[in-house]
Amino acid sequence: MTTIDAPRTPAPVRRPRRGVNWEKWGWIYMRASGVVLVVLIFGHLFVNLVAGEGVKAIDFAFVAGKWADPFWIVWDTLLLWLALIHGGNGMRTLINDYATNKLVRTVLLSAVAASTAVLIILGTLVIFTFDPCPAASPADLLPSFCPVR
Amino acid sequence: MSDKSAGTLAGDTPASSTIAMPKRPAGTLYRGNEGMWSWVMHRITGVAIYFFLLVHILDTALVRVSPEAYNAVINQYKTPLMGLGEIALVAAIGLHALNGLRIILIDFWSVGTKHQKLMFYIVLGLWAVLMIGFVPRQLMHIFGGGE
Repeated sequence: MTTIDAPRTPAPVRRPRRGVNWEKWGWIYMRASGVVLVVLIFGHLFVNLVAGEGVKAIDFAFVAGKWADPFWIVWDTLLLWLALIHGGNGMRTLINDYATNKLVRTVLLSAVAASTAVLIILGTLVIFTFDPCPAASPADLLPSFCPVR
Repeated sequence: MSDKSAGTLAGDTPASSTIAMPKRPAGTLYRGNEGMWSWVMHRITGVAIYFFLLVHILDTALVRVSPEAYNAVINQYKTPLMGLGEIALVAAIGLHALNGLRIILIDFWSVGTKHQKLMFYIVLGLWAVLMIGFVPRQLMHIFGGGE
């Protein structure tokens, strides 16, 4: 049988928590990044799916043309970081809610953390080491500003 | 179910010593009805968008491999089937984005909780407008016509 405290027993005195309240900052991050992502993603969708020929216009030269402009480099880098951390933190919330087995939870949380880190590093490297005119590529696949064209 | 007590834990506290057990939880934001279903949809669309994001970063990373590799994979996004998939993607993102703004208003707007139900229907309305704008355009792109 469970015993409970008598009514009006003073609550045990807890020491105030020390250090950064990460859950609070995660909660704030989801809302702050969410607002920015609404702008970034709808802009991304409009330029890539709606404007001009839509999805059919997308190819290597299209991407090279966008990344010739620092505006889109900043846009896509922000998109990469904000969206992946937002999504990874959202998945963390779901895993904590539904994965009741400790081992399963640890495995899933590690997988989310690892894929987030790997994809942020990969994506950032891709954006900042991108070569719009790789040598020995067919000229008709390259953007119009490449010397071979 | 009054919206007034939403957000409080117990609602009104009676002065008498006995409390009638409520037949069901009342006045909560997340149990039943619009509040719960928007929460369910937010989770489902969130997971779907997350897995698309993983794939989308990997396919875009192919621009660092070669123009041929990137074009070969991105051409898969231009097939009729994936064109319909992009409609599903935009539908999921639109719902998640608009409902996310609703969540922010519930959290930070002084009367946000009171109007959460109305805001849910505003979300659905704006989402419908978004889809009415996007779907015909996408169908023209995918199945020819358009520009």
